[in-house]
Amino acid sequence: MAKNGKASSNSKAAHWVGKKLKRKEDPRLIQGISHYTDDLKMAGMVYCVLVRSPHAHAEIKAIRTDAARALPGVVAVFTGEDTSAVGPVPCAMQMPDLKVPRHPVLGTGRVRYLGEPVAAIVAEDIYTASDAAELVEVDYEPLPVVTDMEKALSSDTAYVHDQFKSNQAFTHTLKGGDIETAFKKADKVVSQRMINQRLAPIAMEPRAVLAEYLPGENRLTVWSSTQIPHLLKTQISVMVGLPETAVRVITPEVGGGFGSKLNVYGEEGIVPWLSMKLSRPVKWNEGRRENFLATIHGRDTINDVELALKKDGTILGLRARILADLGAYHQLLTPLIPQLTALMHAGCYKIPAIRIDIVGVFTNKMSTDAYRGAGRPEATYNVERIMDIGAHELGMDPVAFRQKNLPQPKEFPFTTITGLTYDSAKYQEALNKALKLAGYDALRKRQKAGLKNGKYYGVGVSTYVEICAIGPSAATPAGGWESGTVRIEPTGKVTLLTGASPHGQGEETTFAQLIADELGIDPGDVNVIHGDTLAVPYGIGTFGSRGTAVGGTAAFMATQKLKAKMSALAAHLLGCKAADITIGRGRLSAKGGKKSISFGELVMAAYTAHSIPAGFEPGLEATHFFEPPNFTFPFGTHIASVEVDAETGEVKIDKYVGVDDCGNVINPLIVDGQIHGGIAQGMGQAMWEELIYNEDGQLITGSFMDYVIPKAHFFPEFTLDRTVTPSPVNPMGVKGVGEAGTIASTPCMVNAVCDALSSLGVRHIDMPLKPERVWKAITSAQSGGMEPLPPELSSRAKRNSSEKASKSSTRRRP
Amino acid sequence: MIPANFDYESPRTLSEALDLLASREDAKVLAGGHSLLPAMKLRLAQPSMLVDIGRIGGLAYIRESGDQILIGAMTTHGEVAASKLLLRSSPLLAQTATEIGDTQVRNRGTIGGSLAQAHPSADYPAAVLALDAELVVHSRKGERVIPATKFFTGMFSTQLHNDEILTEIRVPRTPGEGTAYKKFHHPASGYAVVGIAVRLKMSGGKIDNAVVGITGVSEIAYRATKVENALRGKPTTAFADAATHAADGVEVLGDYFASTEYRQHLAEVMTRRALAQAAGGKR
Repeated sequence: MAKNGKASSNSKAAHWVGKKLKRKEDPRLIQGISHYTDDLKMAGMVYCVLVRSPHAHAEIKAIRTDAARALPGVVAVFTGEDTSAVGPVPCAMQMPDLKVPRHPVLGTGRVRYLGEPVAAIVAEDIYTASDAAELVEVDYEPLPVVTDMEKALSSDTAYVHDQFKSNQAFTHTLKGGDIETAFKKADKVVSQRMINQRLAPIAMEPRAVLAEYLPGENRLTVWSSTQIPHLLKTQISVMVGLPETAVRVITPEVGGGFGSKLNVYGEEGIVPWLSMKLSRPVKWNEGRRENFLATIHGRDTINDVELALKKDGTILGLRARILADLGAYHQLLTPLIPQLTALMHAGCYKIPAIRIDIVGVFTNKMSTDAYRGAGRPEATYNVERIMDIGAHELGMDPVAFRQKNLPQPKEFPFTTITGLTYDSAKYQEALNKALKLAGYDALRKRQKAGLKNGKYYGVGVSTYVEICAIGPSAATPAGGWESGTVRIEPTGKVTLLTGASPHGQGEETTFAQLIADELGIDPGDVNVIHGDTLAVPYGIGTFGSRGTAVGGTAAFMATQKLKAKMSALAAHLLGCKAADITIGRGRLSAKGGKKSISFGELVMAAYTAHSIPAGFEPGLEATHFFEPPNFTFPFGTHIASVEVDAETGEVKIDKYVGVDDCGNVINPLIVDGQIHGGIAQGMGQAMWEELIYNEDGQLITGSFMDYVIPKAHFFPEFTLDRTVTPSPVNPMGVKGVGEAGTIASTPCMVNAVCDALSSLGVRHIDMPLKPERVWKAITSAQSGGMEPLPPELSSRAKRNSSEKASKSSTRRRP
Repeated sequence: MIPANFDYESPRTLSEALDLLASREDAKVLAGGHSLLPAMKLRLAQPSMLVDIGRIGGLAYIRESGDQILIGAMTTHGEVAASKLLLRSSPLLAQTATEIGDTQVRNRGTIGGSLAQAHPSADYPAAVLALDAELVVHSRKGERVIPATKFFTGMFSTQLHNDEILTEIRVPRTPGEGTAYKKFHHPASGYAVVGIAVRLKMSGGKIDNAVVGITGVSEIAYRATKVENALRGKPTTAFADAATHAADGVEVLGDYFASTEYRQHLAEVMTRRALAQAAGGKR
């Protein structure tokens, strides 16, 4: 840290907030000298390996574990019948008519997705446990596999859960305004089916659980790579049947989550139970293959989106029918994610009528759940793609079309027709800044000129709004508040205990910055503690871009309580009124500045308590549980410039601009980092990533040899800037930034590629925009929107058609 | 991701290694370990013994010998890519090595390991075919030299016997030829969806001789003889038509990333581009 080591009293810079401090976390993470769950070793520790189903849907006829048990070094083997008292894996969602199947920690009787665990092996070392797993014999009788959502809803289908006699898990409708009239009155209706493919969250650290049960003390400690230590503690106590007071959850370093660790997994039930059963510490560490199979997936929706338009570009209404693939079971928030999708279909536009109908569908796949953006990327993709298609069909520039429908700053707070109140925004400012940075007009000129030379340049724009600071408790299944406890230790060092559970967000730094400003001390003197349920008051965790806006606010509010207490003591010692005390630069000063006491002396006085005012509680500690009055709504504009090789379908990304507004910024370096990572992940979905299950429910892209996780050299340099529109929702005016890049960049990229090919007659290409898909879209459009030509004809025909296209395209471009 | 049990040996001499290899039916040679170790971690390969040849001296070199350049089997892709000798006298192999994997892979992976593995989408096979390279293998019975054109027998299968170790690759000098390796990278694995290695000899504006080695397209790398024949004696304007024969006579692979149809199309496009690049180069 830049100013580290300087005494608090020398701290001239009163404003740490807004400074580009390097992250406190980085030295230990970069050097690899800190500890993840798998780095922890305990005396007597044994290792757990799970035997997983090779079938997506099958009856378990028999499981023989004798050979595995007989292997020297094997401690125990358990199957679903042994663990029927553990669990079930919890789903936090409660909604009318939601079908909730019991979700066992080990598959019992039947397996319903590839990789479902059916037996747990415990052995003295990981090698023996892995060998023993191969010795477990399971007789499976394969059943018809349900993988296709539309087929799953037809009459001619097998059921994932026979008892429901349907694969429909729920329906959900969100509506506002008169949608029928909007579409009746429309001059033009544009519609498009869009597939939002299934993705793997791919945290750098897979999941890991270590549990130690001490029978004498009746105390269970669980180390888990999670985003929600407190909620996990509660759920573990339920799953294993211990009083919650006997359970402690610790999150050591957590190597990313992206929502995949905002969950409670079966392994978090089994491993603690094994430790209780065996009275030994038990560790389970997920391999990457397991991570692909058995950690939640993201997205996977089919979207039929329609936009009702007036000739002049005014939006009259938006309608969407969405099928959401939930997988075989509900994980913690599985049914919630499609509902978040519904919520954000107003986008950042004035849309007088909206209707979203969602059907959640069971299939024989791993559960879907929160993945970076969780519902908002899906919504933003639908809205921003249909906006581009609408603009194209109206013959309008996509920017002009957007400008026409954006609310003006004076219209805020802006309430959407489906009932959200957007806190604050200046959409035009961000859009104009992005247009300027990207050189939008020049890009359009280049595009036009390129067509004469058979070059296909495209420009993609996405103006987005997202929903952060999740959230008001009434709108969240488990409460949406956060806790913060600030304690000034006798030496003047400050401990913050936060209920947020950062795992890459840098909040050990940003929270220190904001507390340092409030107390007039150095951020190096503030130590941020998180992820230990015994040390930290109950909290909710880190997800939904809530850490700073909710958890940071809790810390801020707790600091205000402390400041009041310190002022009272200072006033007592200095002989003035508490209201006349100012705190800053390492001192507490009375009005006029003549009398003052150093921060250190004041703190010591609070602890020695030799002279305290009447009713003053010794010590300096305060806690605040912050309940946010609303969500926050960050926004911005992203612009991508691409060139498509029409012969191979390859896309070259030559420029990417992001202008984001996340309210006030505490640490610009960290905000930029969040945007960078977000853009990369969003582009990953647009261009490369896809989990493909085949008809048998086998995962085709279940390794890094097949699943395309983008690498640094896939990207151009990102040109970033921001506008600052403070949020009125919290006293710091912050909004949240963890997911913005992901939300904005996905439609931005697809818009750019489709724009590049619009002169060839390409209207839409589903993600990921892999070369073959782009090439097929071109050849298909060129052959009159038919299916691609048969292979024996295609090569030559293509050459002819692309020549034709490049010759004729300048004429046909609107 | 935990391999099955295996013995590990790291002999210091080639003959010791050959003895070890002959001692166990399912022993495997470990070179750079880039293909074998991941397969073992997934338990797709479960050899009972690994014979690590990384500590045998004198298996990593690039040197001249008469009209050939000799490359030791343990030479890394990075060393091949950076070899001034190769770039000066027979650049195709170096051009190919540059396109393999990423920096880390090129610093660990070896030419011998890659050729012996015979992955259908590996890069080197296209180049050694185009170069009419010779592959030198040793066993306890002695040495034999296998022409590259005979070496590959199928997907992950070669002329190598279980008790043999590939020790050296011999390539000719290619003076006065234009060479190029054009690759369509798989964005996840880094392997060649299609890889085209080309040698082009021109005189008086006509093509004297063209050699085209293709990898990634079929189960086994091959020489595109129809393309080669279609170019002989022709001007460079013949590239486009000749390239349409890039996948003639082979069974084209198809997968989730590139269907048969698309891969065949890529073979044609990349062949044309490789020929153009080779014609443009002055070597």
